[in-house]
Amino acid sequence: MTAPAWVDAVTSLLVVVGGLVALIGSLGVLRLGSFFQRVHAPTLGATLGTWCIALATVLQVSFARGELFVHAALIAVFVALTAPVTTIFLMRAAIFRERLRGAKDVPAFEDSSGPPASSSER
Amino acid sequence: MSALLSWSLQVSLGCLTLALVLALARVLIGPRAQDRVIAYDCLYQGVMLVVLVLGLVYRSSSYFETALLLALYGFVGSTAMAKFLLRGEVIE
Repeated sequence: MTAPAWVDAVTSLLVVVGGLVALIGSLGVLRLGSFFQRVHAPTLGATLGTWCIALATVLQVSFARGELFVHAALIAVFVALTAPVTTIFLMRAAIFRERLRGAKDVPAFEDSSGPPASSSER
Repeated sequence: MSALLSWSLQVSLGCLTLALVLALARVLIGPRAQDRVIAYDCLYQGVMLVVLVLGLVYRSSSYFETALLLALYGFVGSTAMAKFLLRGEVIE
């Protein structure tokens, strides 16, 4: 069973846009200047890239099989839930490490007496 | 599969491969550990997208489960490494 022509066209558009957006995200990871700029770039691939390719898969496989196929959308939902968690963890780790190193472009510890003895609230 | 779809799938695979190479370059040159971890996360995401597109190319449904597992492992690995960078240990 084959899909109608407009489904192939929309799938092609979604797949190419997803690949290009993921490429732009990776280019940002490589080209941006500091870590705090670079941490923004993979979000492109995590949101628009993953959603485009997952929607293309849902559309194409649903029409090819003649029944609704939503497993691929599950991947996009999972990535949308987990990518911010990873990014927030990494940002905290990076701010902590840059403070320990004494970098100038991050806010210092609030009591300006070095790292806190116990950071149990984190 | 129409010619347009197979052509655009090849274009998308090319873009994603280039994206993997760029992220791998950042993994190799990243000056600090957090740069390498964010690039590794980006690399994992790119591999997941490649597997999804390959599932469209080969018309096999086992690629979707592979992509889901890759997303899961990427999340667990990146979060564990971020936790290690923050605290010096993963499980306390």
